[in-house]
Amino acid sequence: MASQIISAFGAVITGVFACAIYYWLSDKLLQIILPVRSGDVRRISANLKTQAAIRPWLFLGPALLLMIVYLVYPVIATFILSFYDRSGGNFVGLANYKWAATDAQFRQSIFNNILWLAVVPAACTFFGLVIAVLTDRIWWGNIAKSLIFMPMAISFVGASVIWKFIYEYRGADGTQIGLLNAIVQFFGGDPQVWIAMPIWNNFFLMVILIWIQTGFAMVILSAALRGIPEETIEAAVIDGANGWQIFWKIMVPQIWGTIAVVWTTITILVLKVFDIVLTMTNGQWNTMVLANLMFDWMFRGGGDSGRSAIIALIIMAAVTPIMIWNIRQASEDRGGH
Amino acid sequence: MNAAINLRRIGLPRLIVHLSVLLICILWLIPTIGILVTSLREPGQIASSGWWTAFTGAAETSAARLGEPSTARQDGPNFVISGSVFDGSQEGAKKGAVRAFGTKVAAPTEFTAGNPADIGDGETLTVNEDGSYVYSKNAPFSDKRGKRVYLSIAQPASFTLDNYRTVLTSQGIGQAFVNSLTVAIPATIIPILISAFAAYALSWMHFPGRAIIIAVVVGLIVVPLQMSLIPLLKMYNEIGAFFGIASRSYVGIWLAHAAFGMPLAIYLLRNYIAGLPKEVIESARVDGASDFEIFVRIVLPLSFPALASFSIFQFLWTWNDLLVAMVFLGTGKDQLVLTGALNALLGSMGGKWEILTASAFITIIVPIIVFFALQRYLVRGLLAGSVKGG
Repeated sequence: MASQIISAFGAVITGVFACAIYYWLSDKLLQIILPVRSGDVRRISANLKTQAAIRPWLFLGPALLLMIVYLVYPVIATFILSFYDRSGGNFVGLANYKWAATDAQFRQSIFNNILWLAVVPAACTFFGLVIAVLTDRIWWGNIAKSLIFMPMAISFVGASVIWKFIYEYRGADGTQIGLLNAIVQFFGGDPQVWIAMPIWNNFFLMVILIWIQTGFAMVILSAALRGIPEETIEAAVIDGANGWQIFWKIMVPQIWGTIAVVWTTITILVLKVFDIVLTMTNGQWNTMVLANLMFDWMFRGGGDSGRSAIIALIIMAAVTPIMIWNIRQASEDRGGH
Repeated sequence: MNAAINLRRIGLPRLIVHLSVLLICILWLIPTIGILVTSLREPGQIASSGWWTAFTGAAETSAARLGEPSTARQDGPNFVISGSVFDGSQEGAKKGAVRAFGTKVAAPTEFTAGNPADIGDGETLTVNEDGSYVYSKNAPFSDKRGKRVYLSIAQPASFTLDNYRTVLTSQGIGQAFVNSLTVAIPATIIPILISAFAAYALSWMHFPGRAIIIAVVVGLIVVPLQMSLIPLLKMYNEIGAFFGIASRSYVGIWLAHAAFGMPLAIYLLRNYIAGLPKEVIESARVDGASDFEIFVRIVLPLSFPALASFSIFQFLWTWNDLLVAMVFLGTGKDQLVLTGALNALLGSMGGKWEILTASAFITIIVPIIVFFALQRYLVRGLLAGSVKGG
């Protein structure tokens, strides 16, 4: 164990050192090959120009290489693999697409994903906004925010254990040690196996993600609320608006942009939700979602790269509109020099 | 004065605000407190009572046999057996104040201690808090053996660290913790330098194609990991087979994490570095400093807040990740990171909450410490990443 930690730190030092050496050495090499300190003036200016043309690519090189190998190439390869069979060796045309159109489990996953998309971003944004407004008004608001934000640091797997314990079921006659069943029993209800109740169990899983992500929505929306110019609110006060009207008619419209950002960020996260479903139910009791189905097909019976590629493509297709919107937004307010 | 304070002057009664925020905080904290408390309780108590009773002491159910009918004495029309239930307790059962008792295993709390209970067949049983009992019948006892009763015995609140000792040594959580560190630390530090150089090039250097690269980077931020997994898994297997090495290695997962975090890192750092004062960088250029020198001496130190924000993101992401680790590091027992180990325990240790809660707490404690210690930078990074159009 100790040797493993030492080798990890060794890797850090070697990695950082190798990076530093690369950038330093490539820069030095450029200076040596294209000298600019002495010699003919025309030569120097030509060399300076060439240097300025090459240097950005030296700086960008490693980052570009990593992104091309790990992100750009795989996106293209996944697209191509969706037309091939399970081993990726034989072209099968649209067979995988046909499979996706008729497979019951695939349809189930799409349905569940839509359910998740309809509930989780809306719930997180709503709760986040309400909590942001409330905590901005009290002196211990920052402490409260910290506590609500905290689940964001917890892994999905950890959060699943935490919530599985809340949903724990111990026979109809046993002492309920799961909080939810204990509460139900306290009010005279019958304990339930919450995560095995089709349709509703989806919502019990969604609660976990809402618990984690509301803090994120709260932090971003709270910053946006603070950025609202106070004149707009003062004017509304003078006009006799009440707190409720000010919130919905003055504050919310001014932060629509931020609400959209929060909503889309959580939407992307929801599309990729994997860990929660894997650890809570592993897709049983009709809780399968796309990311899990894809993982399943990656390894099921030795793996089927064609089918799992088509599932990945569906997730990608759902993300694409947001991606285009992001690129547009970013190129609009692009700074730089 | 800001908008929020302004609203306070006119807003809802403040008490309601305080109470609702308090309620929300409690709601948000209870799940985590639940596993923390449970991880510190004894296994027997965890299984027999809710964690919320841990501080008032738990009630533990045990079985006991009353005295044999041959010890009965006649008292008027009744036959009476008496003694202490603890004399006939099952082995290893704990002693304590009896709170309730019952004659069926399903209902050990049917009757309150101290009150005579009519248990049918003309039999009456009284079990007192101290364990003494009186068992009487209006006819001779016909059973051969002593009657079985079930007791709910109060146990004082007690906490233990044994669960942690167990999971760290015998459930592989200790090894997984080291594995998680081995994955997360290099996977956090390696991409920082690479992305910082790229961000500098994208904000302060002029070259054709810059705008396109920036657009592609922004686009890549949201590309789902799922798109990368299949081709990369194939590629790793081929490289492994070609060089005759293991296809799943730490180097492989470090590079994967570094690459997956790269678009966001470049985006965050570029936003920050592009906003540095132009005069500082121009004057350094005039003084004859090369881009390399400007980057190392000026840009890197000035960008500390942005670098810190990104490292926290990346650390939380790599520490909490399950998918990348499962695909690129494997699911063998000595390759599991904490999230993977916890997932495996959920499968194999189903109802053993003392194991699960202690393991879960070990898994979440490091990110929580990082979170509370460096929250400022995390929030700054979030705002830079989302409010500005990302």
